[in-house]
Amino acid sequence: MELVLSLGIGILVGSGVWLLLRPRTYQVIIGLGLVSYAVNLFIFSMGRLVTDKPPVTQAGAQIDPTTFADPIPQALVLTAIVIGFATTALFLVVLLASRGLTGTDHVDGKEPDR
Amino acid sequence: MNSEDLLYFLIALPFAGSALAAILPANARNTEAWLAGSVMIAAFIIAAGLYPFISEGEALRNEIEWLPGSGLNFTLRMDGFAWMFSMLITGIGFLVVLYARYYMSPRDPVPRFFSFLLAFAGAMQGMVIAGNLILLAIFWELTSIFSFLLIGYWHHNAAAREGARMSLIITGTGGLCLLAGLILVGHIVGSYDLDSVLAAGDRIREHALYVPALVLILLGALTKSAQFPFHFWLPNAMTAPTPVSAYLHSATMVKAGVFLLTRLWPVLSGTDEWFFILGLAGMSTLLLSAYFAIFQQDLKGLLAYSTISHLGLITTLLSLGSPLAAVAAIFHMMNHATFKASLFMAAGIIDHEAGTRDMRKLSGLFSYMPITATLAMVASAAMAGVPLLNGFLSKEMFFAETLGQHSGSVLDGMLPYVATIAGAFAVTYSVRFIHTVFFGEKARDLPREPHEPPHWMRLPIEFLVLACLIVGIIPGMTVGPYLHTAVTSVLGEHTPQYSLAIWHGINTPLIMSVTALIGGVLLYLALKNYLARCEDGPPGLSHLKGQHIFDRMLVTLSWRWARWLEESFGTHRLQPQLFLVMLTALIAGSWPFFGAGIDFSSPILTGIDPVFAILWGIGVACALGAAYQAKYHRLAALILMGGAGLVTCITFVWFSAPDLAVTQLLVEIVTTVLILLGLRWLPKRVAQIDNASTPVAWTRRFRDLMLAVGCGGGMALIAYKAMTNAPLSDSIARFFLERAHSEGGGNNVVNVILVDFRGFDTFGEITVLGIVALTVYALLRRFRPAPDSIDIPEQQRRQNAFDDNHPDRSIGETVHDYLMVPSIVMQWMFPFIILLAVYFFLRGHDLPGGGFAAGITLAIGILLQYLASGTRWVEDRLYIRPVRWIGSGLLLAVLTGVGSWLFGFPFLTSHFDHLEIPLIGELPVATALFFDLGVLLLVVGATALMLIAIAHQSLRSYRTRSADTEKTGEED
Repeated sequence: MELVLSLGIGILVGSGVWLLLRPRTYQVIIGLGLVSYAVNLFIFSMGRLVTDKPPVTQAGAQIDPTTFADPIPQALVLTAIVIGFATTALFLVVLLASRGLTGTDHVDGKEPDR
Repeated sequence: MNSEDLLYFLIALPFAGSALAAILPANARNTEAWLAGSVMIAAFIIAAGLYPFISEGEALRNEIEWLPGSGLNFTLRMDGFAWMFSMLITGIGFLVVLYARYYMSPRDPVPRFFSFLLAFAGAMQGMVIAGNLILLAIFWELTSIFSFLLIGYWHHNAAAREGARMSLIITGTGGLCLLAGLILVGHIVGSYDLDSVLAAGDRIREHALYVPALVLILLGALTKSAQFPFHFWLPNAMTAPTPVSAYLHSATMVKAGVFLLTRLWPVLSGTDEWFFILGLAGMSTLLLSAYFAIFQQDLKGLLAYSTISHLGLITTLLSLGSPLAAVAAIFHMMNHATFKASLFMAAGIIDHEAGTRDMRKLSGLFSYMPITATLAMVASAAMAGVPLLNGFLSKEMFFAETLGQHSGSVLDGMLPYVATIAGAFAVTYSVRFIHTVFFGEKARDLPREPHEPPHWMRLPIEFLVLACLIVGIIPGMTVGPYLHTAVTSVLGEHTPQYSLAIWHGINTPLIMSVTALIGGVLLYLALKNYLARCEDGPPGLSHLKGQHIFDRMLVTLSWRWARWLEESFGTHRLQPQLFLVMLTALIAGSWPFFGAGIDFSSPILTGIDPVFAILWGIGVACALGAAYQAKYHRLAALILMGGAGLVTCITFVWFSAPDLAVTQLLVEIVTTVLILLGLRWLPKRVAQIDNASTPVAWTRRFRDLMLAVGCGGGMALIAYKAMTNAPLSDSIARFFLERAHSEGGGNNVVNVILVDFRGFDTFGEITVLGIVALTVYALLRRFRPAPDSIDIPEQQRRQNAFDDNHPDRSIGETVHDYLMVPSIVMQWMFPFIILLAVYFFLRGHDLPGGGFAAGITLAIGILLQYLASGTRWVEDRLYIRPVRWIGSGLLLAVLTGVGSWLFGFPFLTSHFDHLEIPLIGELPVATALFFDLGVLLLVVGATALMLIAIAHQSLRSYRTRSADTEKTGEED
């Protein structure tokens, strides 16, 4: 499982970085989306991969930390997902405004000289 | 109240007065003056009242914890020397306020003036009684800042802005050096406390870091006290209102440098480095500035250079390292403050009443203002060092000290001659000041008819001149004891025997004095005719102005070099920037593994589930597909990205993170819709047209691909290594798991962390979310679509054409009925989605769900209505005010946090209880629930605001379009 997930993270990062380096704003926004999946998964995986042990306790029961997934990376990632959405929205609007203002969707706001 | 606590008042009073002065109306000149005057006099009385506590040579200390972790306390410490300065600051401060009341014009915005002046007094007061080096540096910087604000008070005047900027750059840079030097001293001593530092003199002088620390501290002190070669900011600061020049630039702020040198004199002085650096700076300042002062045509310019020269005299005295010289230095600080402040005020009166400060125009004013003239004469006599005045006493002590042996170098041998020549120059410029302005034939064509000023304006000068006289005639009976207290507090057991008598018999210093007096007068007579006509500035040296060098340096540094650097290394293009960022990240990330390598020997693996492998096969295909399609097939890329997101979501479920899965799924929906709404405004791109296949483009792509592969591979490697390491045996996870229920009242640990343990972080996060939403809204208000995006989309055009071709349909019907069935379904689902949101919210504390998930769910509910039925249909029926949701959400979160204050707990402390509610059963009710409700409201508001704002763009452009058609129609 670890191998599969780490390969998955790697390919998400690779595709994302490739897109971040592309000239069109839309490519960059998709790239950011892919990179943020990868980063969220990466942070999440720092709590190690455990199945069927969600960090939801039973009231009154004795608590053994080894029987639960690590809640801290999860709390961090939950925040990250929401902030990621906010930055994507902001970037989208900047992208649209830049396109409206400059008439091009190139990341530099003007078509490159050929 | 303890006498120690009064120390706080000394600082707090001026700052409080400053805040009060700032809010008074602009024309309240009298109120302002009363306020500022009362503050100064109250501080003066407090300071005076503290004298009995320090007169025996001990220090009054008050300490409260400030940054105990760094060993820093807010320590105030007043000893005799600080007391002397406190008296100068508050006493002269009071006189300056009185003077300023009459000096400032009713048209000037006086609240700003008095507010800055009081704040400066507070900062200066803090500087002298700071008992801790860091605190001292902070107040030191504050004096620079308020000096900047006061010099630039008449900011409509370009020269004032220039002068203010120059003074801030020089004293500010010096202040930074000083801070570094003080930190070094603190490092050597192991404490920033002034008492500990003063007790560690030998250790500091023998330490290897002594020279760097000394140089840095001297840079701070010399820039502040306008010593050569940093002297030129002070003449330029003369564009400040005259009360400011009298207060800051003669009596107090410029004394901060020599104050600090004296304060640290027992610790730093006595070495060769100290003598050479300080002695050279002091002597050249003393001589050169006195020479420059002779050739000034501006009254204030003359006084400014004279101030620099006198500060040079004090610096020279301090450099000598003998206790007697230190006594003379302290005494001269006091004397200079009295006579120079009064001279500045007199110059201000002349400027005020005659309308000019140019000495080429002024003459014969004695008959117009005999009293002011007499006062100015006495004060300049003190400046020149004429017997029976205070300036004479300290100058005699200076002359006596120059004769001693200090290091046996050339500098030592020159000193008596330098001192005598500088003394002669001082006589020359003092005589020139008096003779040019007050004597000679009566000036014609002055801008105003001169006359005596109002008596209250002259009173401060009378008072100061009286002090010069009394101190000069009976020093031992007046300032003697106070000077002794100040000297003892600095020198301690090394306090020498000295006498303040005015007559020591005929000795070398007296002969030097007489030589200087006669020489100075003769020099004036020789230069008189030249000076009446000459240009500003000394002959032959006018091109060697520090100011010009400074300006050229500034242009070179901040313009030429900066431009060159930017042109050589900068780029406005995003792609190279991102490439470098990514490359740096890759290098920084893999750096630790070079050499060390990664140990893969004992991985802890879980068995591969084929389903999971297939799942990620799909995920990887989606990611690669999205990367490939994003340029020409945007919709496909978006769908593929959504696929990768779903795989991510399932991974969360698989590995025990239900909360994340729920949130990820919901956010995925919103993001997709958001980008879908944006797609409409992007330009068409067809693969064949702009497919650049030049070798350059291919090289660039190959380079980018390599970087992408490198980053991806690196991340995979690190992720694999981290995941296969043994889990941390005892992490802080235990803390949260064990206490989630007992202290947070919830079983869903992730939610409890978010709304309770780390509630403050979440509070910050929702604030960010709200700000982003408002930013999106604001950006879109100014949005103008590109011309080729304004037309209605192709699909709608075809639908309209279809309507047009059918006789029984009218245009717009198909568009209206489009997606009829789904829209009915979505309308019916709306209440259930709301119910789902409520369900998510209520169970969130114990089971997966929570405010974030509930908020997004609710927002999706609203969004679906927009998608299905169109913006107009929804807004005719639903009254949504997203900004209010954001506001009330944030407010509720804050109020929940503040609520815990009412019960005496820190911000956002939560309380919980389990309530029994009929039909529903037991419900955990924690105050965190209200916080979570705030989160919910804000998330709904923010999400809805962003989506609706983008959705509205179609409507707006539709409106512009129809307006345009109407216009063209009229033209036809």
